[in-house]
Amino acid sequence: MSGIREISVFAENKPGKIEKITGVLANEGINILAISIASTNGFGIIKFIVDKMELAYQKLKEKGFTVSLNEVLAIEMKDMPGQIHEIARVLLRNEINMENAYVFIEESRKQAYFIVQVKDIERAKRLLEKENLKLYDEVKEEK
Amino acid sequence: MFWQEEIETIDSKNLEKLQLERLQKTVRCVYENVPFYRDKFKDKSLKPDDIKTLQDIRKLPFTTRDDLRLNYPYGLLAVPKNGGVVRLHTSSGTTGKPKAIFFSKNDVNQSAELIARCLVMTGVKSDDILQNMMTYGLFTGALVMHYGAEKVGILVIPAGPGNTERQIALMQDFSSTCLHLTPSYALYLSEVMESKGIMPKRDLSLRRAYLGAEPYSEETRKKLEQMLGIDIYNSYGLSEMNGPGVAFECINKDGMHIWEDNFIVEILDQETGEPVTEGQQGELVLTTLCREGMPFLRYRTKDIAKIIPGKCRCGRTHKRISRILGRVDDMFIVRGVNIFPQQIERVLMSIKGVAQNYQIHLEAYDKMLVKVEIEQDFFDGNIEHLLILKSKITEKLKSEILITPKVELLEPSTLPMSEGKTQRVIDRRTL
Ligand SMILES: [Zn+2]
Repeated sequence: MSGIREISVFAENKPGKIEKITGVLANEGINILAISIASTNGFGIIKFIVDKMELAYQKLKEKGFTVSLNEVLAIEMKDMPGQIHEIARVLLRNEINMENAYVFIEESRKQAYFIVQVKDIERAKRLLEKENLKLYDEVKEEK
Repeated sequence: MFWQEEIETIDSKNLEKLQLERLQKTVRCVYENVPFYRDKFKDKSLKPDDIKTLQDIRKLPFTTRDDLRLNYPYGLLAVPKNGGVVRLHTSSGTTGKPKAIFFSKNDVNQSAELIARCLVMTGVKSDDILQNMMTYGLFTGALVMHYGAEKVGILVIPAGPGNTERQIALMQDFSSTCLHLTPSYALYLSEVMESKGIMPKRDLSLRRAYLGAEPYSEETRKKLEQMLGIDIYNSYGLSEMNGPGVAFECINKDGMHIWEDNFIVEILDQETGEPVTEGQQGELVLTTLCREGMPFLRYRTKDIAKIIPGKCRCGRTHKRISRILGRVDDMFIVRGVNIFPQQIERVLMSIKGVAQNYQIHLEAYDKMLVKVEIEQDFFDGNIEHLLILKSKITEKLKSEILITPKVELLEPSTLPMSEGKTQRVIDRRTL
């Protein structure tokens, strides 16, 4: 599987939600590698990539959060200007709509990825195969 | 299966004859024994002998909740309080004094007989075990059911409400087959079972549940039936009419048979007090025909219902009333539109992704906010899906109540979920 998973947590627009979530993760010694917050008038979704995805998902669920674990596209970014623009251009050309996006830096700090949530991930992966973009290789997961 | 086949299947001619006899007897009884009624008759220049046909019931005065409060505690007794009555129940209101209801020995027995008819009507047999999860005490709900179930001869577990883990343990240890509880507690119970990984179909022996004391929607019934894997029957009663067992569903689940040999049913326009056209909804008004301790003439229940026309396949001839469609008191007005919380509930429960709990907040004079919990499984991390759900709820509510409410999506289990009655409408409007 050439993808990566993200954890989404439903959040009403109530102060303290992020503090609570990050508290749960910190308690379990889980390292947050990327975070994105999308909010609309009334509610929001907080998305994370962490070093121990399964554990984080289980713990958040146990604590009563509304959580979902989903696969997203992770596109390798080269360390040069115009990278996100280049990726956006490719996605547009392939009619792949970005529903949400943020940047994730690998634990080794060597490589950055552009994380994109799309409607049909299989279709996106198929189309991007023909493009000059590299996707994240393997979901590295703790046992 | 019948408990009292002859009376449950009585033909209309004989039923009317019986009703008239009993009505005349009740009228004479209150005229002679209850000063409150005698005064009302005098005001109308009415004598008991003026009641010659069933239609003459419309000459009789109404009895309201306020009358019960004003005559609290003994004012409406038709028998001596010493020796005449054996049990007291009260029903609390949001304002002022509670209502006191007294039962004579025969009233205790008669209310149990009605419950026995109800239970047998839903298929209860001697191997059934009833876990009674209503409140024991001043509230009629639990005790009247308890006596009725004992009359049928089945085992009753007087669990009372609350302590949900112990409730589940009782179900496991004693193989309860029937539950008696409020709809909001049933929802809470099913949530607790789900969170504990208990699958009722696999782990318990439940067959049916009787839900009463609060109005709730058909959609919620279906949801609960599915979650608990049982048949759910609606039960209607009110303390003023001896509690549960006034009307009850048979296995056809198509309206509740109201025991017309014990009550005369009228459906009246809540404002004019005139009868509505048959089949239309209106306020349910009941006259007791068999009660000794506290007979009531034309009691305004403030419950909104309608008569379901036609004969029931079960063979019982007693009329069927619809589920309670609302309470006159629960009705609220937003921008001149009359709205019942049950209308909102019906809409919400028909939408996929909506959990069972909701709240209606009335804020400014014309603003309505509906807080809705989303279902855990519906959440997939996609904000788009939530926005679509939100606009779907808004649209569907708008087409039902003709007002565009503000909708707020909440996480599951964030709204207070009580083990008793749940407050659905929070009115913060100030005049
Ligand atoms: Zn029937």
